[in-house]
Amino acid sequence: MSEAVMNEPTEESVRADVSAWLKDNWNADLSLVEWRKKLAASGWGAPHWPKQWYGRDLPVKFNAIVDEEFHKIGAVGVAKAGIRTLAAATILAHGTDLHKEKFLLRILTGEDTWCQLFSEPGSGSDMAGAVTRADRQGNKWIVNGQKVWTTSAHKAHWGLLLARANWDVPKHKGLAYFVLDMKQPGVQVHPLKQMNGHASFNQVFFTDAIVEPEFLVSEVGDGWTVATTTLMHERRGADGLRSWATASTAKGRIYEEERAEIATTMEPYKWYPQRAGRVDLVMERAKATGRFADPVLRQEIAKLLIMSKAAEWTARRARAAQEQGRPQGPEGSLGKLVSSHVARQAARVHTYITGSDALLSGEDSPMNGVIAEILVSVPATSIAGGTDEIQRNIISERVLKMPKEPSVDTDKPFKDVPRNITAS
Amino acid sequence: MRFSFTPEQEEFRVGLRRALEARSPTKEVRRLMATDAGWEREGWQKLNRELGLTAVHIPEAYGGSGFGYGELGIVLEEMGRGLLCAPFFSTAALATTAILNAGTEEQKRALLPSIASGETTATLAFSEDDGRNDCAAVAMTAAPSGAVYRLDGTKSFVLDGHTADLLVVLARQPGSKGEDGLSFFTVTGDAPGLERRRLKTMDETRKLARLQFNSVEARLLGPAGGAAGPFARTMQQAVVCLANEMVGGAERLREDALSYVKMRMQFGRALASFQTMKHKAADMLVDVELAKSAAYYAAAALDEGDGDIKAIASLAKACASEAYLQTAIHAVQMHGGIGFTWDNDTHLWFKRAKSSEILFGDANQHRETMMQHWGEPS
Repeated sequence: MSEAVMNEPTEESVRADVSAWLKDNWNADLSLVEWRKKLAASGWGAPHWPKQWYGRDLPVKFNAIVDEEFHKIGAVGVAKAGIRTLAAATILAHGTDLHKEKFLLRILTGEDTWCQLFSEPGSGSDMAGAVTRADRQGNKWIVNGQKVWTTSAHKAHWGLLLARANWDVPKHKGLAYFVLDMKQPGVQVHPLKQMNGHASFNQVFFTDAIVEPEFLVSEVGDGWTVATTTLMHERRGADGLRSWATASTAKGRIYEEERAEIATTMEPYKWYPQRAGRVDLVMERAKATGRFADPVLRQEIAKLLIMSKAAEWTARRARAAQEQGRPQGPEGSLGKLVSSHVARQAARVHTYITGSDALLSGEDSPMNGVIAEILVSVPATSIAGGTDEIQRNIISERVLKMPKEPSVDTDKPFKDVPRNITAS
Repeated sequence: MRFSFTPEQEEFRVGLRRALEARSPTKEVRRLMATDAGWEREGWQKLNRELGLTAVHIPEAYGGSGFGYGELGIVLEEMGRGLLCAPFFSTAALATTAILNAGTEEQKRALLPSIASGETTATLAFSEDDGRNDCAAVAMTAAPSGAVYRLDGTKSFVLDGHTADLLVVLARQPGSKGEDGLSFFTVTGDAPGLERRRLKTMDETRKLARLQFNSVEARLLGPAGGAAGPFARTMQQAVVCLANEMVGGAERLREDALSYVKMRMQFGRALASFQTMKHKAADMLVDVELAKSAAYYAAAALDEGDGDIKAIASLAKACASEAYLQTAIHAVQMHGGIGFTWDNDTHLWFKRAKSSEILFGDANQHRETMMQHWGEPS
């Protein structure tokens, strides 16, 4: 083995090390979980993680090289799709050793599925206004309330929960961050149907749900800080560069298991490409419908292409800065806002191209409903994962250092903050 | 290098910005833009000598530094930021690139060293009274006369055309049409029969001239009748250069407007604390950053000989046109009433945004160029 222990790792040394390890260890006859356990023990499943926790302490820039070597020989990697990556990042940053021991390996092997319990019916953009309550009873936490927009909640083993543990302090100060066992009687999950007909998200109801004391991730009062870590990773993933999980088509047990896993994990996301606007379809559709010669349409297509190319190049500039070890800025937030503009313009263009057929849906409409699905899915892009308005607040405050608007709810006990006015 | 600059390039930019901040404060911009020439030879030559600006992308064989469009883009971005009043764009981005694209080895050796040293200023004259930027619009004729040619006709919208020492002129063989029969010629600025008149420009920092040629002696540059290709290439390079200049100006406007709303108090608090200002500022950042990404990408694409450069160059120009003007509109608005006054500096960049939006084709034209290139069946 040519482990470059003494020297700074280089592209070449990392490539040599990982390919040597794969050569000795890759075995398509193992079960998916057996193989991933081996992979996690070697550190090559998550090379940018710390050595003591299934990683190799390598700079994140080398991940692409490691992935390339896996790809070359068709080796399966650790489980990466879904909320589990956000859970791992949060636990690595804020979790106790107990959390790391209990959760990280099973995240990598794919044995556990996760969900994120942040948004509530009464607090979307104002996420720190959560009213799901966590009360200490004896040595346990008892949770009551409701969460919403929870992807994969019906499958998840564990949930990342933000709940209010103290009502006598201002809103950001009274939150706690827990890991909640989703498979318990006090947790009920119901699907939530969206305007595009899919039901990718859930409503989650807690009725005296129980959290063991050791599954408190933050101190009471620090929950917001921990949630910020999760959200930062979520937004960073929205810069358009994160690759879509795709399964290998190779034959063999391990590949079949991986395909099944990806199919399950990605099921709620199947309309996400449409939500982003399907820029990839624009040229072929314009030509296929015979409308490509329309000068007005050409202008609109060009505006879309300019926006989407420049957005991609901006994301790559941000990534290049990150890879060169320059301080991580909130480029993720810039990318999220831009992707909304791209999606909206793409929906405009698809409408122009499609004409009267855009009145139809499903099998009566072009591409068996794909175009119709774009038109009714794009509005999600500027809302989900932080609205455009919140992105603009983040950009103006964190990047441009503009002052916050005077707030009326941050300096008083949360119990005195006004709630929704409802008809009685 | 399409997505980042090297430490050397960053260092170059820092030095350049410092020098331009010292030499080209807006007081100096206002002084020079009010002069007929629009710049001063002595000051410009000194700055150029110290920083080697016109030499940047001229190969070492012709007295230059041998850098590429990446570095030239940095120079232009910083000049756009500082609104430097100098015949740099005309000399470096237009005339020099035309000579490099069209000239014979011998001609390059003869013409480029004095441009690189800053002794000679130059420009490219292609548009005529209709202001079009394409080959077909060229009506000026060039008739052979012994070893030289005689040019007759009019050129207009010529950048720094009233002061340039050397003019590179696009003209055609009498009777030819379209892309056929076009050649480049060089003419000295003081040639007999050449009448030069400065045009009154909306953007006073960008001087344009109308040139009347009455049997003006000219020398052929490059092959006779073969200028269409090199001209198209020159225009691609020029729009990439312009896009880089534009994003420098846009960023400066954005920063100045931001500083203003942070300082300005209304209704008992900083304007910058109002969400309407914050959201506008965030949108401006997005516009400018996207345009920067496109301009940098296009400069690198030129250096790397990208086969899609025609579309990429137009993409960068269309993107910069929209972003710069939108930023300027927001910047005036964020300043409020003071932003509409002559004494406030915002209008200097607003007008530069407007002139740049139109120069070498507006966003609509460049979007169409993009679509022609990417829409062709491959």
